[in-house]
Amino acid sequence: MRKWQILKSGLFKNNPVFILYLGLCPVLATSTSIRDGFGMGVAATFVLLGSNVIVSAIRGVIPRRARIPCFIVVIATFVTIVELFLAAYLPKLNKSLGLFVPLIVVNCIILYRAESFASKNSVFSSFLDALGMGFGFTLALLLLAFVRESLGKGTLLGYKLIPGFEPAVIIILPPGAFLTIGLLMGFFNWRKNRGKTVKCD
Amino acid sequence: MSFGTIFAILVGVIFVNNFVFARFLGLCPYLGVTKDTSSAIGMGMAVIFVMTMASIVTWPLYRYFLAPNVLVEGLELARVLRTTSFILVIASLVQFIEMLLQKVNPALYKALGIYLPIITTNCAILGVAVLNIDTFFKDGKPLPGSYLGSIAQGFGAGVGFTLAMILMSSVRERMEMANIPKALQGVPIAFVTAGLMSMGFLGFSGLIK
Repeated sequence: MRKWQILKSGLFKNNPVFILYLGLCPVLATSTSIRDGFGMGVAATFVLLGSNVIVSAIRGVIPRRARIPCFIVVIATFVTIVELFLAAYLPKLNKSLGLFVPLIVVNCIILYRAESFASKNSVFSSFLDALGMGFGFTLALLLLAFVRESLGKGTLLGYKLIPGFEPAVIIILPPGAFLTIGLLMGFFNWRKNRGKTVKCD
Repeated sequence: MSFGTIFAILVGVIFVNNFVFARFLGLCPYLGVTKDTSSAIGMGMAVIFVMTMASIVTWPLYRYFLAPNVLVEGLELARVLRTTSFILVIASLVQFIEMLLQKVNPALYKALGIYLPIITTNCAILGVAVLNIDTFFKDGKPLPGSYLGSIAQGFGAGVGFTLAMILMSSVRERMEMANIPKALQGVPIAFVTAGLMSMGFLGFSGLIK
């Protein structure tokens, strides 16, 4: 039962993007279409899984004072695997994600989970934690990409949604990313606090 | 490399492709350290310094040590080790700058010191290093004047980032008094503000082709 809690916590209660405000750069940059957003989410989830499992497996050997460089090397290894894989098999996705594939290495979520969870818990728990956090991250990316692609391009996964709908291009441009995520965060805050407001007088 | 080209690189990276407003890099410090103007300026200065240093160091590292297009036992080091070596070099560079400042210029260390450790995981620093390689190398060969160009791009990216930090912190200081809906307070309203600023910066697009 506890294992299930670990998996679930990353999805909603501790959603890395909307609740913890972590890893925002790739979320804003790669959410212009659902395809790119999904690719980014899967790539980051893969790195998170690999780094969490390895860090947890070698947590007894890592000297405490040199732990951050060790984590970074582990993470960078998995990022390189993703980079080479994308370049070889998915060149189109690689091109649209561009700079943000190597930048997974400095994604705060991954180092944060290695430091605060994987270095203290068993391999299996760390695996579940990575899965939950990765899904939470992907979910947030998909939500943002859904809003931006449907409003900014008028399409979903490349298919036209409503004939005659004039898309608002600003949503696809950088300002749209900032506005959309700001309003979505506001929406989640509002939902979180909805039941809690008690009248004082 | 003429003065005009360098000027074009600087304008491009400060205004047209501003790291925060157009490329979405370095958003964590952008939101975390912009609560007051003085710390925003301190962080900005530290970022300019580290970005310039990172550009100075990573270009020769890529060109001569990783040597693109050269195979070592069937492996192209530049492809396999680029990300790992860059992040390690940047992390040790930041550590080194911190120690050096502490010894040589304690006053400057006092001003920038607290911002240096959090700079390592700032994606804008690794971002500028990778961006330099992407813009100034073609098929593994450096373009003419690329070393100077990448240093200019590193410095300009830092200046653009600082500009964004100062703009944001001045707005946020004012927003303290404003009456903002409860759900939007804090980070959400900061994003909405950034969106409006980004719209302003969109006006610069087309300035450089």
